[in-house]
Amino acid sequence: MSAPAAIPASRRGPIARALGRFVTNRMALLGLTVFIVILMAILSYPLWWAYTPNQIDLRALNKGPSASHWFGTDGVGRDVFARLMQGGRISLLVAVTSVAVSLVIGFLVGAVSSFSGRVVDGAIMRLVDLAMTLPPVILLLVLASIVGTGIVPTIAVISLLSWPVLSRMVRARLLELRERDFVVAARGMGAGMGHLLFRHGLPNCIDILVVYATLQIANAILLEAGLSFLGLGIAPPEASWGNMLNAARSTSVLEQYVWQWMFPGGALVTTVLAINFVGDGLRDAFDPRSDLQ
Amino acid sequence: MLPYILRRLATGLLMLVALSMLVFVLLRLAPGDPIDAYVNPNVAMSQAEMDAIRARLGLDQPLPIQYLAWLRAAATGDLGYSIQRNGVRVLPLVLERIGPTILLMAAGLVIAIVIGIGAGILSAVRRNSPTDIGFSVIAFFGISSPAFLTALLGLYLFSVVLRWAPSGGMLTPGAPFSIGDLLAHLVLPACLLSIGHAALIMRYMRASLLEVLNQDYVRTARAKGVKEFWVIMKHAVRNALLPVVTLIGSTIGIAVGGAIFIESVFNWPGMGLLLINAVDTRDYPVIMGATLIIGACVIVVNLLTDIAYAAVDPRIQVA
Repeated sequence: MSAPAAIPASRRGPIARALGRFVTNRMALLGLTVFIVILMAILSYPLWWAYTPNQIDLRALNKGPSASHWFGTDGVGRDVFARLMQGGRISLLVAVTSVAVSLVIGFLVGAVSSFSGRVVDGAIMRLVDLAMTLPPVILLLVLASIVGTGIVPTIAVISLLSWPVLSRMVRARLLELRERDFVVAARGMGAGMGHLLFRHGLPNCIDILVVYATLQIANAILLEAGLSFLGLGIAPPEASWGNMLNAARSTSVLEQYVWQWMFPGGALVTTVLAINFVGDGLRDAFDPRSDLQ
Repeated sequence: MLPYILRRLATGLLMLVALSMLVFVLLRLAPGDPIDAYVNPNVAMSQAEMDAIRARLGLDQPLPIQYLAWLRAAATGDLGYSIQRNGVRVLPLVLERIGPTILLMAAGLVIAIVIGIGAGILSAVRRNSPTDIGFSVIAFFGISSPAFLTALLGLYLFSVVLRWAPSGGMLTPGAPFSIGDLLAHLVLPACLLSIGHAALIMRYMRASLLEVLNQDYVRTARAKGVKEFWVIMKHAVRNALLPVVTLIGSTIGIAVGGAIFIESVFNWPGMGLLLINAVDTRDYPVIMGATLIIGACVIVVNLLTDIAYAAVDPRIQVA
């Protein structure tokens, strides 16, 4: 028995194969490119942009886009482009952190549910049902009314709301895995719960987690923007795409100072679209059936 | 069939109870002492008097007992009093807002169903044609743009730039009531509300119809010489509609979320606006009452959809 000289393509690991499929998906690559450009701009803007987000210039109130203020200025003379970049930082910070938190909660709840008896499992899943049936925005509003505004409360509210769907998917995967021979063998050899969950469970859920995380970042950006739009998320003077859009609830801004809300709106939709393309691409790439088509 | 309905009813009831517990716990987590509303800040009160009020309101009892008392009151329609509007009962306040919201959501849903199913059929029949790709791109934007952004853009475009529609409210203030006036105010928010839903329905309809068009009975119908139009309308579409019906039922919750933003942008006097104003002023009894009623409505609609689906599709396991 000699090992084969070269590993054929089909013998590569599932993640390598998925990445191989991902790079052939043109829309996904486009989304990724757009997202990376946005990310670089957001992260590096203080290096190359002349204005800071909270710098007030009373000689330039509500000025339209010009060579010095690309996206114009707002009602107190702050540069809209700088606020847009800073808002992007806040929006992405909130989204990424809340997704990380809900990943942990979702995986752990799904794992506990799949490994415990019928009563606990049933109770957890009914709770998940309830959370998935109720309009998310309603729960969001109720939670936000209790914890108040600010970056940390907003992250808490969004993470608390996002994990149920993930835990349902993780539970289904782990229930299936539990009956597989290699898991049965590991248990037979005396593997503990931690070993089973993190050595066998986690790697076999990686596709679910990656796809969920990507699409949920887009979702979390929208939730944050929605909350801030209603004045319940990130509070001014801190900028976020949602609270920049909130300005358009005043009629004069909506009608006369279009640049103050259209640019944040455009940034929001572009970012969310780009992430959604990447997420869809990842989902297709991880789907083992996609090689057959 | 009957056992299935009974089991679904039991689940629905259980979820209602769970919802009421959730609402009650959240109410207790809310900052502030519940008796603050009864205390006049200008009159000094002794600890004994405060305790007396607590005892009278049952606030000295353990939480489960308090919950049961609250539940008994809620079941008879007593959801307490609004803090912000002095002495106004919560239930009538919430109930008078249901009508406008249902009107807005029903109009939005009808538009979404008509456009979504129509576009879905066209897309599936002309698969990969420019029509199909065009619809898909529009649907992608429809799903990705949040309700408040489409609402703002729509308001700007149609009310500010084109001046086709009034910019908010449900009726012209001071004018006598007329159906025409109501419709003029309704069209724009309803259309904007329908965008996200129409896009979702379109995608489902397209996928479902494409699957059905590959079935043997469609091939049989074609082989028998049935005209293509009737193959699609009678044989394929009717079967493809089933999963779409469930989708429509199960996304009511999302539609409620969208309606909240639309109501806020268009100043539409519905539940959403009531809820947002209550959250703004931290009027907890109203927040909880509105949440309870909205949640109950969503649970009931889901229940009805499930039962209707079981009745329509004989393949559902009802044993």
